[in-house]
Amino acid sequence: MIKRIERDRRRFEEIVRGKIKQDLKRHLTRGELIGRRGKELVSIPIPQIELPRFRYGRREMGGVGQGPGEVGTPIGGDGSGQGGGGQAGDAPAHHIREVELTIQELAQLMGEELELPRIEPRGAQSLTVPKNRYVGIKPVGPESLRSFRRTFKQALKRQIASGSYDVRRPQVVPIREDMRYRSWKEEPEPVANAVIIYMMDVSGSMGNEQKEIVRIESFWIDTWIRAHYDGLETRYIIHDAAAREVDRETFYSTRESGGTRISSAYQLAAEILERDYPAESWNIYLFHFSDGDNWGGGDDEKCFALLRERLLPVANLFGYGQVESRYGSGQFLHALERNVQADNLVLSQIEDRDAILRSIKDFLGKGR
Amino acid sequence: MPYDLTPELRALQEEIEAYARDYGLDFFEIVYQVLDWEEINEVAAYGGYPARYPHWRFGMEYIELSRSYAYGLSKIYEMVINNDPTYAYLLAANHIVDQKLVMAHVCGHGDFFKNNFSFAYTNRKMVDEMANHAARVRRYMELYGEEEVERFLDRCLSLDNLIDYNAPHIKRPRREPASHDEEQPVVLEPKKLRAKPYMDEYINPRSVLEAERKRLQEEQQRAERFPPRPEKDVLLFLLEHAPLKNWERDVLGIVREEAYYFAPQGRTKIMNEGWASYWHSKIMTERALHPSELIDYADHHAGTMATHPGRLNPYKLGLELFRDIEDRWNKGRYGPDWEACDDYRAKAEWDTGEMKGQEKIFEVRRHYNDVTFIDEFLTPDFVRKHGMFAYDYNAMTGQYVISDRDFRAVKEKLLFMLTNYGQPWIELVDANYLNRGELVLAHRYEGVPLKLDHARETLENVQQLWKRPVHLETYVDDEPVVMSFDGTEHKLEPRSESA
Repeated sequence: MIKRIERDRRRFEEIVRGKIKQDLKRHLTRGELIGRRGKELVSIPIPQIELPRFRYGRREMGGVGQGPGEVGTPIGGDGSGQGGGGQAGDAPAHHIREVELTIQELAQLMGEELELPRIEPRGAQSLTVPKNRYVGIKPVGPESLRSFRRTFKQALKRQIASGSYDVRRPQVVPIREDMRYRSWKEEPEPVANAVIIYMMDVSGSMGNEQKEIVRIESFWIDTWIRAHYDGLETRYIIHDAAAREVDRETFYSTRESGGTRISSAYQLAAEILERDYPAESWNIYLFHFSDGDNWGGGDDEKCFALLRERLLPVANLFGYGQVESRYGSGQFLHALERNVQADNLVLSQIEDRDAILRSIKDFLGKGR
Repeated sequence: MPYDLTPELRALQEEIEAYARDYGLDFFEIVYQVLDWEEINEVAAYGGYPARYPHWRFGMEYIELSRSYAYGLSKIYEMVINNDPTYAYLLAANHIVDQKLVMAHVCGHGDFFKNNFSFAYTNRKMVDEMANHAARVRRYMELYGEEEVERFLDRCLSLDNLIDYNAPHIKRPRREPASHDEEQPVVLEPKKLRAKPYMDEYINPRSVLEAERKRLQEEQQRAERFPPRPEKDVLLFLLEHAPLKNWERDVLGIVREEAYYFAPQGRTKIMNEGWASYWHSKIMTERALHPSELIDYADHHAGTMATHPGRLNPYKLGLELFRDIEDRWNKGRYGPDWEACDDYRAKAEWDTGEMKGQEKIFEVRRHYNDVTFIDEFLTPDFVRKHGMFAYDYNAMTGQYVISDRDFRAVKEKLLFMLTNYGQPWIELVDANYLNRGELVLAHRYEGVPLKLDHARETLENVQQLWKRPVHLETYVDDEPVVMSFDGTEHKLEPRSESA
């Protein structure tokens, strides 16, 4: 029997979900959720859910308390009027201001909001690991896998066949030959592993606002892709004139100056992929954010070559997001557009925060 | 699964109840159920009633309770409901000394429910009644859709403080159904006293006649108004006059009935908790407590009585007031002699040895509610002794600060918080405004404004029930205004005071 309260709880959660959905657009373009992500849960602040009533405002009402202090002393706390003190009381004075959602749920809400297609993991059949499944019965095996039921069934059969079974004294004693053991078969099991490599231009022209945009956008991309794969790994590369791999913190906080050589990042990404993530067992996602102000001197051509030969052939998706900045010329996007054509290459221009939504849709709208 | 008492607990119940009856407490049969913490949270979410209609706010309550229990922030020790028999719940995991304390506490509540005048008109079979309500609401949900019924329930619940808290105790003349066929003759001429013509001028002075005429006219106008007198029980009015479907009417009736049932508990919170605490303390320390349990008892009792600067703990305030009353009546510190005495020393040593304390507190628990209790028994000495203060919100610093320690100010604030259950006084003054069937509610302003966002949403809910435009006369920034909602848009306009 389902407990009665379960129905009410579920209903409340539906309402909460509805509220979050209403506010999702706002959350999507603001960074406030990022710090709220734990391993599996995201806690989301929601507006108070309560029934409206004709009532006084707390602040105008004031109240009565007890304790030391001169007139004018602040009393601290939210001074919630009446209410049981300490452990006593039958009604809690506080209200839910945050709800926790799993990453899956959040992604689902986002998917509904942005109308994103589900990701079809590449080669669900081709990517496999062997997995043991208990499917059969064998007459030999370790004791720990003995099948009690089958063993006794076998013994009973034998006793009836040999006429030693007495209905009035139904004793069944298995002997060595009756023993049956569960056996296993190794079956290839399809898995869906994914790796995301984020690359970001940290040259002088990328300001804080640009980085914040990258941060928010990669948070949502991460959330979405994570919801579709069992195992997700993320790697971070920053580059100016040279590229290096960094951890998450550094990725978002570093600010370098100096020029921009995008090919360095692509080169490093290609090396990481070839070393750690063979394309036959990984779904590979690459995202690169830059203001599009690449150094001259043939670096563009080098990028195109790397993309064509080493990155695009293995990647599910390569997303290039161009963040607009005051200093960037933004020519790289157009150069890419002209020179590289591929289904799995997505280009997106992000003018400001409001464009984040559209850009996420650009990247993830393909269902790859 | 909830289970009945173990033999050990049953013996304990008998022991505690024997002490309680010995002291003169008088309660219905008490039925305990032992629950684990998940079950107790569930029952608590439903306010103690095993069967309630489905509603999301119970789910919300449950999540809060479970979470704060899981984080160790709160724990429900005891729950008791006003019913005959009185139902009470025990938490299975509690230590035996806690169970004892809870039982003693429950005896106090049981006695209060049975004897305090506020509960005299409550339905003592409410557990069954609520189950009936639940069944009816469920059936409506099956027939008309969960969302639809829920939406309507939300609307009704948002208005459930628009009732007349005093109604159960007052026999009001039933309103006559409006009869159009036999119009009463309109009398606009004041009756004159009989007088000889030359005395007429003096026996029936013109000014008096004028005033009388005016009064008659006003009465006439009032009679044309609908309702003739302001109606505090807005829910009843809507129930009788709003264009509702049958199931809607029934749901509104359910919400109203439960609101009336719960109202006395809100209006006697301080007394009820104080009374129960007084008795658990007395029973435990004088009779039931085993020496080895002393520390646990003291710890638990202190936890219940804890005070925080910004909070008023009803357990503590109630308990101390009852003790204060007992002490005063034991020593004869009341009455004109006591009041008239100016001698500090004589007052400090005042003791007439009357020993009427017990008698008095039993009398008090019968005839008072929180408002009259505070009004009559809160003394300057008490306020000083317990360091009570009034506080206000300081918009400059964004903090609540102590505003006054003066007895008068504290008492005034406290009474304001308790009067009408701390709710704004709102009544229905006109249901045919401008002769267009528009509804007018009036907020009796006492210097504290309504919370505007809530008021706006609540007004929408009134409109949804009444279907015609609705208005609320209230004050914003000390200026008289009228808020209106006609089904599509809100308006906030200044109004002239006399309107």
